[in-house]
Amino acid sequence: MGIPLEEQKILSGVAVDAVFDSVSVVTTFHEHLKEKGIIFCSISEAAKNHPELLKKYLGSVVPYSDNYFATLNSAVFTDGSFVYIPKNTRCPMELSTYFRINAQNTGQFERTLIIADEGSYVSYNEGCSAPQRDENQLHAAVVELIAHKDAQIKYSTIQNWYPGDSEGKGGIYNFVTKRGICHENAKISWTQVETGSAITWKYPSCILKGDNSVGEFYSVALTTLKQQADTGTKMIHLGKNTKSTIISKGISALNGKNSYRGLVKFSGNATGSRNFSQCDSLLIGENCSAHTFPYLDTANQDSIVEHEATTSKISDEQLFYLRQRGINPEDSVSLIVNGFCKEVLKELPMEFAVEARELLNISLEGSIG
Amino acid sequence: MSILEIDNLEVEVEDKKIIDGLNLKINRGEVHALMGQNGCGKSTLAKTITGHFAVKVLGGAITYKNRDLLSMEPEERANRGIFMSFQSPREIPGVNNLYFLKTAYNIKQEFLGKEELNSAQLLKKIKELTEELGIDDKILKRYVNDGFSGGEKKTNELLQMLLLEPDLIILDEIDSGLDIDALKRVGEGINKLLDGNRSVLIITHYKRVLDYIKPDVVHVMSGGKIIKTGDISIVNILEDKGYGGISNATS
Repeated sequence: MGIPLEEQKILSGVAVDAVFDSVSVVTTFHEHLKEKGIIFCSISEAAKNHPELLKKYLGSVVPYSDNYFATLNSAVFTDGSFVYIPKNTRCPMELSTYFRINAQNTGQFERTLIIADEGSYVSYNEGCSAPQRDENQLHAAVVELIAHKDAQIKYSTIQNWYPGDSEGKGGIYNFVTKRGICHENAKISWTQVETGSAITWKYPSCILKGDNSVGEFYSVALTTLKQQADTGTKMIHLGKNTKSTIISKGISALNGKNSYRGLVKFSGNATGSRNFSQCDSLLIGENCSAHTFPYLDTANQDSIVEHEATTSKISDEQLFYLRQRGINPEDSVSLIVNGFCKEVLKELPMEFAVEARELLNISLEGSIG
Repeated sequence: MSILEIDNLEVEVEDKKIIDGLNLKINRGEVHALMGQNGCGKSTLAKTITGHFAVKVLGGAITYKNRDLLSMEPEERANRGIFMSFQSPREIPGVNNLYFLKTAYNIKQEFLGKEELNSAQLLKKIKELTEELGIDDKILKRYVNDGFSGGEKKTNELLQMLLLEPDLIILDEIDSGLDIDALKRVGEGINKLLDGNRSVLIITHYKRVLDYIKPDVVHVMSGGKIIKTGDISIVNILEDKGYGGISNATS
């Protein structure tokens, strides 16, 4: 997630909004998007220029009373990103927001609000990083997505906050509330690659309110050093014939702890609905752990749920096979890990996927004995 | 000129002595067959040469291309030209076979200070190999050995071997899981590599594979050492009298 990002992203044709210490510093491609009626700006600008949209939607998916950290965010947030895609408009480029915590002894409380009006499409990327600090810092963001009838939102995250050191000193506490609502026939797809933070609690969720709506969650969470990640999703099926897919890949190395925690809920009205969940864990070394907590709550007899889970270890024989082909142990591990994450990484926009792979490799450095 | 020289090797695996005073010399351009019953230590010898983690060398020395082989990491041995066709090749789910081949190829090229190839160049090179050998190139798009049949796995080993152009080829039970047609193809592929400079060590139970890859020297192994060395005629004795016949002959 390199700075100077402005030149970099302009060259690659991605619109970028950068939020440093919860202050939006730069938004690119503003004018170009404006021609299509697309609004991509900071929340503070939106408050000035589009107050009616903000009033209508802010807090409509994640109310301020939702949970402790959402309340904190709602009380103190200073800025964030705002996106509005008009009816029947396909956003012509990837939208990106880049978050960075620079200041010491601070928290980041940004807010993201994305509204895709009827029949529209947007792909939105979020990147995070923070420099190394000995103290713990808090990141408590709230992200709300609204996908109107026939709209699609693809939301991709690469989270690379400072993870702390091998003793567990320092690092970001990443406690984020992310939720989207799907109206009739709409689709929200969350893809996340979580490699940073000392502790992550994060459950990007979909409320499948409209009939035939679709929710997807693709996740890679890597915990090494003394990191803990507790992540997953909630798929709340309210409409008829709603569908959800959950693919979660957890990788643990050194003293990392990785948990998948997810809820799939079918209301009485959500007949003909289905969910497919797959939760795979990969362990590297002896001192790490992986846990899976799938919750299922069904109020009708007419829905289908499939759940698959596997836990595997990178075996010495697998490593030896690759080493016998001339590949050193670190490259061998990253090859195996990238293969393990394949189904998730392929959901990312191409450039983001390249970045995610590099990030996984860097994070894994020194993870094998 | 020798490529591999093993001198009085002693090896244990899981606290059990498996190889006990083994000597072997392979010259450049020679094909050696190492035969023996289950548990005689022949696969352990292959593991020792390639640097497998389970092998503990207690004594002796191995010289490869005039270097001390035992001090090298497994990947260095590979990059210096030792290739083993595994009896049970491992599966690497999610990793595209072509990408894997490219990775291995370019690492070796880099190690040797030779030109690396991009995906298009490499694909061209590989397609030449698959066409020549009649290998279905669908295996390039699949994940490394994932869901492969026994025959497909061995074919994939052959493809890697042809691409990496090793100097010392170790075939560990190459014929297991292969039908006659596949074995014939594998044999043809290996013969293609034999340019008078490369050497092969065939580890096998059965004579079958030796019909397709003709050995210059045949060794019989028993109790952790080589008990008899000769030409192909030894194989015929084995066929007639079994391993017992050889042991009796030497004792």
